[in-house]
Amino acid sequence: MTETSRHLPLRTPGSVLGPAAWIRRNLFPDWRQGLLTLLVLWLLIRTIPPLIDWLFIDAAWTGDRDDCVAAGGACWAFVGARWGQFIYGFYPPEHRWRVDLSMLALLASIAVLFLPRVPNKGWIITGSFIALPVVTVVLLHGGMLGLEVVPTDRWGGFMLTLVVAVAGMLGALPIGILMALGRRSRMPAIRIFCVTFIELFRAVPLITILFMASVMLPLFMPQGFTMDKLLRALIGVALFNGALMAEVIRGGLQAIPRGQFEAATASGMGYWKMMTFIILPQALRTVIPGLVNTYVAIIKDTTLVLIIGLFDLLGIVQAGISSSNWLAPSVTTTGYVFAGFGFWVLCFGLSRYSMHLERKLNTGQKK
Amino acid sequence: MPVSRDLGPMAPPRTPFWTRSRIRSALIQVGFVALLALLIQFLLANTMANLDRQGIASGFGFLENRAGFDIAIRFSPFERNDTYLQALWTAVANTVVLAVLGIGLASLIGLVIGLARVSPNWLISRLAAVYIEIFRNIPLLLQLFFWYFAILRPLPGPRQSIEIGGGAFLSNRGLYLPKPLLDSGAQLTLVAFATGLIFALTMAHFARRHRAATGHSRPVLQWWIIGLVALPLATWFATNASMALSVPALEGFNFQGGMVILPEMLAALLGLSFYIAAAVGEIVRAGIEGVDHGQTEAAQALGHSRGQIMRLVVIPQALRIIIPPLTTQYQSLAKNTSLASAIAFPEIISIVAGTTMTQTGQALETIALAMAFYLTVSLLIAAIMNFFNWRVTRRSF
Repeated sequence: MTETSRHLPLRTPGSVLGPAAWIRRNLFPDWRQGLLTLLVLWLLIRTIPPLIDWLFIDAAWTGDRDDCVAAGGACWAFVGARWGQFIYGFYPPEHRWRVDLSMLALLASIAVLFLPRVPNKGWIITGSFIALPVVTVVLLHGGMLGLEVVPTDRWGGFMLTLVVAVAGMLGALPIGILMALGRRSRMPAIRIFCVTFIELFRAVPLITILFMASVMLPLFMPQGFTMDKLLRALIGVALFNGALMAEVIRGGLQAIPRGQFEAATASGMGYWKMMTFIILPQALRTVIPGLVNTYVAIIKDTTLVLIIGLFDLLGIVQAGISSSNWLAPSVTTTGYVFAGFGFWVLCFGLSRYSMHLERKLNTGQKK
Repeated sequence: MPVSRDLGPMAPPRTPFWTRSRIRSALIQVGFVALLALLIQFLLANTMANLDRQGIASGFGFLENRAGFDIAIRFSPFERNDTYLQALWTAVANTVVLAVLGIGLASLIGLVIGLARVSPNWLISRLAAVYIEIFRNIPLLLQLFFWYFAILRPLPGPRQSIEIGGGAFLSNRGLYLPKPLLDSGAQLTLVAFATGLIFALTMAHFARRHRAATGHSRPVLQWWIIGLVALPLATWFATNASMALSVPALEGFNFQGGMVILPEMLAALLGLSFYIAAAVGEIVRAGIEGVDHGQTEAAQALGHSRGQIMRLVVIPQALRIIIPPLTTQYQSLAKNTSLASAIAFPEIISIVAGTTMTQTGQALETIALAMAFYLTVSLLIAAIMNFFNWRVTRRSF
C-alpha cells in the first residue's frame, strides 16, 4: 500500500478528467458536433425562458378569466377554481371523504407491494388486491353500511380515471392469464376460441370496443335488464386489455423450459396445480416489466371513455375549458398542460418502476 | 373397489373412464362448445327481440339509402346526396390517407429522434430522450386535443395569417400551400420518372445478382443517371412541358387558389405522428445499439469506410431488430386514427359508427363494418411488414 502511495501526487491531467474535458468530449468532439451544440443551445435559450415566463412568472394564480387574460401567462386560477371538479367530478362535496378514503386504500395496496420480506407476503398482496375493489365499490357507490348511494354518473375527474385504470388493470390480469393458458391449450376448441378472441381484440381500436360496450351490449341483454354505463365501459376496457395482456403472458409461458412442465407432471400434479404452483409464478415473474408497460398503456387509454360520454380527468378538463365563463386560449392551454402533467407523472413513474423491476429481476435479454 | 385378483396387489387401481385424459379433454371441449353455443343463442335471441321491439330492420340494405350529410375532408369524391356506401368509402379513403401519411411522418421523425438518441453529442441525446419521455407518457387523445384546441384553433384568422414562406400560410382555417398545376407534358414527365426509377432498380438488381454470381461488381451509377435525370428531362423538353404554381392569395375573407390542409387533418396528422415517433425513436435506438460493436470494429479492420459500415454492416442487422416492433407501432398508428374522430376528422369511427349509426340506428351493422375495416388494415400492415422482414432476414448472410 505504501508503495503505491508514492505515485498519488501525479494527478490526472485536466484534459482527460474534469468538467472541461467532459464538455469537450461530449459537446464539442469535432467542429460539426460543436456547431450543432451551439445551434441547440441557442434554440434552448430562445424557448426555455419564455416557457418559464408563461408557466410561472406571467401566470395568474388567483382571480377569474379576465385576470388570466390580463396576466398573459398560464391561468392557474382556472385549475384552482375547478380543483374539486378535476379530482372528484360531480361527486357530492359532503361525500368526498369517501373518495379520499378509497384513494388511501389504493395507496395502501400499492404500499404493500413495497413491503420488505415478511412471511406470507404473497398472500397479503393477493388479499389486499381482492379486498381493494370490494372496499372501493362499497365506499364510492354506497348503498351499504348506511352509506348514501352516489350514482356513477356523478363520478368523474381524476377519481374516475383511477377507477377505470385500476378496474382495467385488476380485471385484465385474470382474463389475460386464462386467455394465455387457453391459447397454449392442447384442446383445439379452447385454443381456437382464445386465438380468435385475442387476435380480434388486438386488431381493433379500443374505441370500437367501447362503442360496442355502450351501444351493442344493451341490445344483447334481455328486455328490462339495464347495466350501468360505467360498468359496461369497465367490462370493455378489461376485455380489451385482457387480450393485450394475454400476449404478454404468453411470452412468459413460452420462456418456461419444458423440463418444468415435465417435472410437475412427473410429481403427479394435475393441470391447474401445475399452472398455479409451478408455471405461472415463474412465467408472471419474467413478464412483470411487460405487464407494467401494459399498465402504462391502460392509464393512457382511460382517456377514451370521454368519447362515450364519461367524464374522466381529460373529459372534465375539456368540459371546463369549454364552459362560457372560462373561454380563453390561455385557459385552454393551461387545462391541457395540467391534465397532461397529471397523466405524465403517473405514466412516467410507472415506466421508471418497470425499468427498475427489469434491472432488479434481471430478466432482460441483454448481457 | 375390487382389484382383479390375477394381477396381484401391484395392479393399477381401476379408474373411472372419464378421468382418462383423452376422454376428459373431449368432454371438456364438448361442454365448452355447448356453453358457448348456448350463450351465443341467448345473445342472438335477445338482440332479435330488442331489434324487433325498436322496429329496426337488420341487414346492410341501409347502405343504399341517401346519406344527406356533408364530409368536410374527403380524399374521394362525396356529396350530400350520395349513399351511405359512398360515405363509407370516403371514410375508408380518409382513414387510409391519414394512416399512410402518419406512418411516413412518424417514421421520419422517429428516425431522426432515434439517431439523435445514439448521438455522441450529449446535448442532442438528452434532448431526444426528453422528447421521447414527454410524448410517449401523455395520452394520445390529450395530445390530439392540444394540437387542435390549443394550437391550431386559436390561430389568427386568414387576414392575419402567419406566413411560413414559400407561399404557405397558416391560419385558423388551416394550412394553405401552393399547388403545382401540371399540364399533360409535365404529367408525362412524372410517368417517365417512375419508369426511370423502375428501370434503374432493375439494372441495379441485375448488377447485384451478377456480383453475387461472379464476385465482380458492375458500375450502376449510369443507370441511375439515365433513369432519374436523363429520361425525365428528355420527356420534359420533348413534350415542351410547363408547370405553373397556384399560390394561395388572400381575397376577401379567405384564401383563393393553392390547396388547403384543414386544421382537423393537420392536428390529426401531427398528433399521431409525434406520438408514434417517440416509440419509433426508441425502436431505432434499440436497433442500432443492438448491433454488436465487434461488427463495426471488424468492418473497420477490413478497411470499409464509415458510410459503407453503416450501409452494409450496421443497418442491415439493425433492421432485423427494428422491423418486428415497428410493425406493432404502425398497426397502433392505424388503429389510433380512430381517436381523430374526437377532433372532428371524418374517419371510419366518426362517419360510420358516429353519423351513420345515429341517423340509421343500425348499431350492429355499423360497428361490425368499422371492426372489419380495422381488422383488414391490421392484417394488411402485418402482411406488408412480414414481407419486408422476410426480405431483410433473407438478405443477411
